[in-house]
Amino acid sequence: MQSITTIRKPTTPGGWIIPGLLVGFALFLLIGSLKSPLFAQQTVAGLANGGIYASLGVALVLIYRATQVINFSQGALATFTTYIAWQLMQWGLSYWPAFVLTLGIAFAGGILVELIAIRPVERRGNILTVVIASIGVLILVEGAVGWIWGAEIRFMPPAFPAHTIHVGSVAFSVQDLGTIGVSIASVLVLWALFQFTKLGLAMRAAALRPEAARFVGVRVSWMLSLGWGLAAVLGAVAGMMAAASPSVLLQPNMMDGVLIYAFAAAVVGGLESPAGAVIGGLAIGAMLNLLGSYVSWVTPPLLLPAAFVVMLIVLLVKPSGLFGRTQVRRV
Amino acid sequence: MKSLFRWELVLIGLVCVAVALAPFILSDYNRSQGADVAVYVMAILGLNIVTGYTGQISIGHGAFMAIGGYTTAILTHNHGWNDIATLPVALLAGFVAGLIVGIPALRFHGAYLALLTFAFALAVPQIAKNYSHFTGGTEGLALPTHSGLWLYGVAWSAAAVIYVWTWLLLRGRTGRAFQAARDSEIAAASSGVSLSVYKTFAFGMSAAFAAVAGSLFVLINNFVNPDVFVLTLSLYVLLGAVVGGLGSLWGVLIGAAFIQLLPIGLTSSTLVSSSSVPVVFGAIVILVMALIPRGSAEVLRVALGLPNRIRSSHDASTPQSLEAR
Repeated sequence: MQSITTIRKPTTPGGWIIPGLLVGFALFLLIGSLKSPLFAQQTVAGLANGGIYASLGVALVLIYRATQVINFSQGALATFTTYIAWQLMQWGLSYWPAFVLTLGIAFAGGILVELIAIRPVERRGNILTVVIASIGVLILVEGAVGWIWGAEIRFMPPAFPAHTIHVGSVAFSVQDLGTIGVSIASVLVLWALFQFTKLGLAMRAAALRPEAARFVGVRVSWMLSLGWGLAAVLGAVAGMMAAASPSVLLQPNMMDGVLIYAFAAAVVGGLESPAGAVIGGLAIGAMLNLLGSYVSWVTPPLLLPAAFVVMLIVLLVKPSGLFGRTQVRRV
Repeated sequence: MKSLFRWELVLIGLVCVAVALAPFILSDYNRSQGADVAVYVMAILGLNIVTGYTGQISIGHGAFMAIGGYTTAILTHNHGWNDIATLPVALLAGFVAGLIVGIPALRFHGAYLALLTFAFALAVPQIAKNYSHFTGGTEGLALPTHSGLWLYGVAWSAAAVIYVWTWLLLRGRTGRAFQAARDSEIAAASSGVSLSVYKTFAFGMSAAFAAVAGSLFVLINNFVNPDVFVLTLSLYVLLGAVVGGLGSLWGVLIGAAFIQLLPIGLTSSTLVSSSSVPVVFGAIVILVMALIPRGSAEVLRVALGLPNRIRSSHDASTPQSLEAR
């Protein structure tokens, strides 16, 4: 007899573990940074990576929350838009105009992908079909990048100057601080859009209660497309910030690894919570960077498996993550 | 039922004859390309067991191929084993790896499992990159070269064994238990099907077959490094399974031929460059999902006028029934 009666209780006993670990980790970062300037520098560099993971993670959360679909093409779309930014700069635009123009293109592109590839599939199928369609988009878009721009590695101009700011005995790189700033600012702008505008309210309604939203006159399918557009914008921010990092660089599969870190970030936050994804992203960025610089046997190739292990542990210990809703499932 | 049986026999005969005769008209290079089709047949069979029949989505079958491939490469290169003797070891290694992944996978469904297997596919080659003293790291390991005919013969023999094995596995009690777990976990558990045993076992067998595919993939390339098992390989195996049709053994052959022959066909026709192949593939996946989510096996079935053998009322073999539960 299979234990058909095992119903997981809504309040899991492991509920405090992940928040507790995160608070402990934050204290560890703070104390370590006050003690050692090198540690502080590595923490900030890690948080900069974390900001990138956070913005891509929030993009994943946006789409997951609305449609229960994990968008596997999020990284590829980000790569594509980053190449567009690079191309615009090659044509003579300076960084920030190209940045803003790219965000606009990303927004339109995200909506386009939803309309062309996802919506026709969604109408007929279910979650797995949509997941596979998003993998189709991943193959297509990554292929298109290789087709248009070739496979060779290119160098994305950094957004910020390469010098450092000295605070006490600690030298912070402006690049790192800027990356944290831009990533967090873009997430905050998005949060404000969702929290304080009528459009944001309609989008939240469409995601959480599509039927009810339809009854009060929200055009739910249009809201979903809009969600894809906004997710693509966040992805573009992540892509442009990541491409400037020497460990990623501008190449067709540059976001494959970043996507896994973003998955891990989103999972730590419970896949449904943007704030959770931000905290998860920052924590994973800092943790991986410190592991890589202080633990001698953790070489760069092992960082990705480490993120996989984090994800697995979070899912095993508390599948609903930091802020997620606990679901009850039978059997 | 009787006419159906005859149709299937005719089709099986035709495929066997075509596979057996092909090496006589192909060049030696084309024979090794033909051997690659057999590799994809095995990998897609493996994926089909776990995703098509048992309903657990795996995006990371390239990882199991990597485990098999590295088993073969390390045994032949570092320990001087005969290549064919490594295949059973790869099968076993894959089976164990599948069980290890399958046990935590019991707790995950739909989107979460997709996510974890995707990450797994990216993580495994990184591990190979790190422990370079016996995997050869980025520089890789070289393996003995073989003629195209040898590769074709070995690969298709292995594929035939695994195809029949899969068929035997799926036609009886085990196959029914797999499909019951896919269609309704509650109904399966109430009928005394142990979900944890069968779902883990499905993952094990699936990974075992993918590992053998990986071994032969490495033998055909006579080289292995972490870049052989890029994410694209996992995605193409999934693509082949989807285009062929999840939950269809005929679809496996169609899907395997499709992912190997379409790029060759596209690039030989000079109209398109080889770098555009992924674009075409991606577009085809989206089209298949939008128009015929049950894959080309369904088209074949309708074209031949065969009856729908899926008895449940809600189209059990469509990917739709594999939703996150």
